[in-house]
Amino acid sequence: MKVEQISIFIENKSGRLAEVTHVLGTAGVNIRALSLADTSDFGILRLIVDKTDQAKSALKAGGFTVSKTEVVAVEVPDRPLGLYGILEVLDRGKVNVEYMYAFVERCGGNAVIIFRFDNPEEAIRVLTANGVGVLAGERVYSM
Amino acid sequence: MFWNEEFETLPRAAIESLQLKRLQHVVQKACATVPFYRESFARAKVTPEMIRSLDDLRRIPFTLKQDMRDNYPYGLFAVPLEEIVRIHASSGTTGKPTVVGYTQRDIEMWAELMARSFVAAGAHRGDIIHNAYGYGLFTGGLGAHYGAEKLGASVIPMSGGNTKKQIMIMQDFGSTILTCTPSYSLYLAEAAAEEGIDMSELKLRIGIFGAEPWTEEIRAEIESKLNIKAIDIYGLSEILGPGVAIECVEAQKGLHIWEDHFIPEIIDPATGEVLPPGEQGELVITTITKEGIPMIRYRTRDITRLISEPCICGRTHVRLARMSGRSDDMLIIRGVNVFPSQIESVLMTVEGVEPHYQLIVDREENLDTLEVQVEVNEKTFSDEIKVLQDLSSRIRKEIKDILGITCKVRLVEPKSITRSEGKAKRVIDKRTM
Repeated sequence: MKVEQISIFIENKSGRLAEVTHVLGTAGVNIRALSLADTSDFGILRLIVDKTDQAKSALKAGGFTVSKTEVVAVEVPDRPLGLYGILEVLDRGKVNVEYMYAFVERCGGNAVIIFRFDNPEEAIRVLTANGVGVLAGERVYSM
Repeated sequence: MFWNEEFETLPRAAIESLQLKRLQHVVQKACATVPFYRESFARAKVTPEMIRSLDDLRRIPFTLKQDMRDNYPYGLFAVPLEEIVRIHASSGTTGKPTVVGYTQRDIEMWAELMARSFVAAGAHRGDIIHNAYGYGLFTGGLGAHYGAEKLGASVIPMSGGNTKKQIMIMQDFGSTILTCTPSYSLYLAEAAAEEGIDMSELKLRIGIFGAEPWTEEIRAEIESKLNIKAIDIYGLSEILGPGVAIECVEAQKGLHIWEDHFIPEIIDPATGEVLPPGEQGELVITTITKEGIPMIRYRTRDITRLISEPCICGRTHVRLARMSGRSDDMLIIRGVNVFPSQIESVLMTVEGVEPHYQLIVDREENLDTLEVQVEVNEKTFSDEIKVLQDLSSRIRKEIKDILGITCKVRLVEPKSITRSEGKAKRVIDKRTM
């Protein structure tokens, strides 16, 4: 039920972000979702792509520091209090959210949000036990 | 194992009487043949006859690198040019190069001391010595080369550069000993890894590294990445070239300086006073057997101390502690003396941090600033900002705790710090006075 995310270390200087997307593009990799977290010196670009391993090796060959992490794609009802309902479930289950970002596509009547948890197994258990939809990796990569 | 057991294990008293006899001879000779020495002795009101004990050495004025520049190119030669068979020079990055000349006997003595050094490092006949020190005007390449031949080992005269080929040759020729700068050995390991080659699986057994200051932490890094014993060698062209002093493989603790050819002293770099035994300061060397250019009380600018306790290897020659920096590349940052090697030591204690770093010194509103750039690798990288920020604040705190200076730590992308095939350039000082 987990989704593979790649993260890339990017120095804050012009052209680096463009370079990442160029490397991915020429490797035939399509980006499904992304989030950029930044500080004054550096940023971390997090991506869900259709071909994770290809993306990782192309970026490594391009001289970037890349890591792979497991995240969880959660279906969130697309209405007021939709996200609240899910965060509340997580809170009651004592699951801590490291960070989250929205997926580009919708899934039926739902939005999709990517969550990074300390303990993804426990998070998935809590979510599914409460009837919250969690998307499988294959489903997400091909959306 | 010894190369020249008799001389390497001479009793203390015998070393000192040999040193005195040779010192008196070299002082006579230098004053007779080199106008520079004649004048500097005269100014200090010292005559060669006044040197009656080793203690009298301290009456003699120092010789500085500037004196070599002032006498460029041949002014310090003590023999006519027709007796000089080889000329080397330092890189001259800060002006004219310093030129040194060797007689045939100097070359033989140098090869003898390099052969001694190789054996002390654990080398023997039958070793395949991959010599990646630069050949040319720099003394490293040819110094190691002649010593290796004298030892009877097989030398591969690689010189520096051409990294991919270096790795191929090491693999195919089965090199057992690598000689180069410590930073280049790590660069080789890194380049090999990129080619999918694990250097720890090569036949290399020993690395003999010098020509730039390095630390115990870098030694540990090299020893684990290359799966070898890393030995520290010391030398400088003004004195001889490589082979002035070397660590023995038995102890790997301090570098035996060949006292039958050199007299070491430690002085306070600020006052020039000779320091009591064991204290740290600037190394001063007098050559007592060199013919081409005798150097009397040459200030090396290298910071070390003398270790006179007996060594487990049986050699009686005093040891130089690992060089902790240079009195001339010491940075003064907001009044604090900082050696790049101290920062390196701090960085290497932080788990996962690469040995590639650079120090940027600048001045903002009359205040010195220090930025330490550290490369992020897969071990230190995380997809969470807070983990990376914790890493940089940990480095900042360690530097503050150990050196007492506040710095900015900047995490940079891998390979963004320029790699060097010779001496690593660690400091960029942008301050204009």
